[in-house]
Amino acid sequence: MSLNNVVASGGLDCHLNSGCGFPAPGAEIFLFDDVASFTIANLEFHISKVTIVLFLCVFLILGFFIYAFRKPKLVPRGAQNVGEMGYLFIRDGISRDIIGKDGDKFVPFLFSFFFLVWLSNFMGILPFAQIPATSIFAIPVAFAVIVYITWVPLGVYKQGFGGFFGGMLFPPGVPKPMYVLLTPLEFLSNLIVRPATHAIRLFANMFAGHLLIATFSIAAFYLLSASVIGIIGSAASFTVAVALTGFEALIQFLQAYIFTLLTAVYISGALHAEH
Amino acid sequence: MSLLAEVTGSLGSIGYGLAAIGPGVGIGIIFGQGVQAIARQPEAYGVIRQNMILGFALAEALALIGFVAPFVFGV
Repeated sequence: MSLNNVVASGGLDCHLNSGCGFPAPGAEIFLFDDVASFTIANLEFHISKVTIVLFLCVFLILGFFIYAFRKPKLVPRGAQNVGEMGYLFIRDGISRDIIGKDGDKFVPFLFSFFFLVWLSNFMGILPFAQIPATSIFAIPVAFAVIVYITWVPLGVYKQGFGGFFGGMLFPPGVPKPMYVLLTPLEFLSNLIVRPATHAIRLFANMFAGHLLIATFSIAAFYLLSASVIGIIGSAASFTVAVALTGFEALIQFLQAYIFTLLTAVYISGALHAEH
Repeated sequence: MSLLAEVTGSLGSIGYGLAAIGPGVGIGIIFGQGVQAIARQPEAYGVIRQNMILGFALAEALALIGFVAPFVFGV
């Protein structure tokens, strides 16, 4: 995608006094041209920048953790230290706190999700990548679907079909007539709204953040002209864009943490019956 | 049919503004009470922080749906 597409209406010549109006970015900055496309068995594959960024994340994570744990030592040094810190953060900070001791076998699942989500979020502020892979709706949806088809069958397996859905849809300790109202609500909130918001939360945060940085970057470019207002405005916009980049770094970590935390909460609900 | 009043311009922004009221109040309450809880019981920091962030995430989702909706449905 060329810069002219991003600076939407006026192209590179669009500045404060050229009368083109502020080219506010919209959803089109998330659309990328295909780098390559091919067909395998009637399935079309389109490779764009986002695909490359996502695969880069996967290979970076694989590469780093294979390198960190290639020869594990009792006293960790260097990369192994960093890898173990990440592992302990997920195990003690999320898994043990939320699920408990029996959640230890889900730590690899949570660990993979946390680092994949965090790195694909981080691609939003990495120079040259500069697109969070999670701001394309299909990707958080895929993540949320994987989580969904993990915790629902897990709950059925651990608590039995009646036990799991009974406990979820008919919470005990409620007057009988209330179930008329409560059961459809519980069904809606647990089985439909829950996976939807799981995906939308991550997507919308990254989408909004990327749009915000793009708006201020384009404003800095647009206001740059030979006038006092233009120079002051451009400098202010650029400063805000830099500050927002730092703020985004925080949000990216927080969203990866929240995504993993909610995954742990769902798995915990599937493992232990509610009291 | 004659129109008595009409709203023009970016309705998406108005919608987002309305959608942000509830979560704004909610997030304020969550963090306010969370900080108060930590001040009263500093040793429970880990559990309080975790539940605080969880509640924040659930409230924030509503504001974000409001933000995305104009892009999905058009203005």
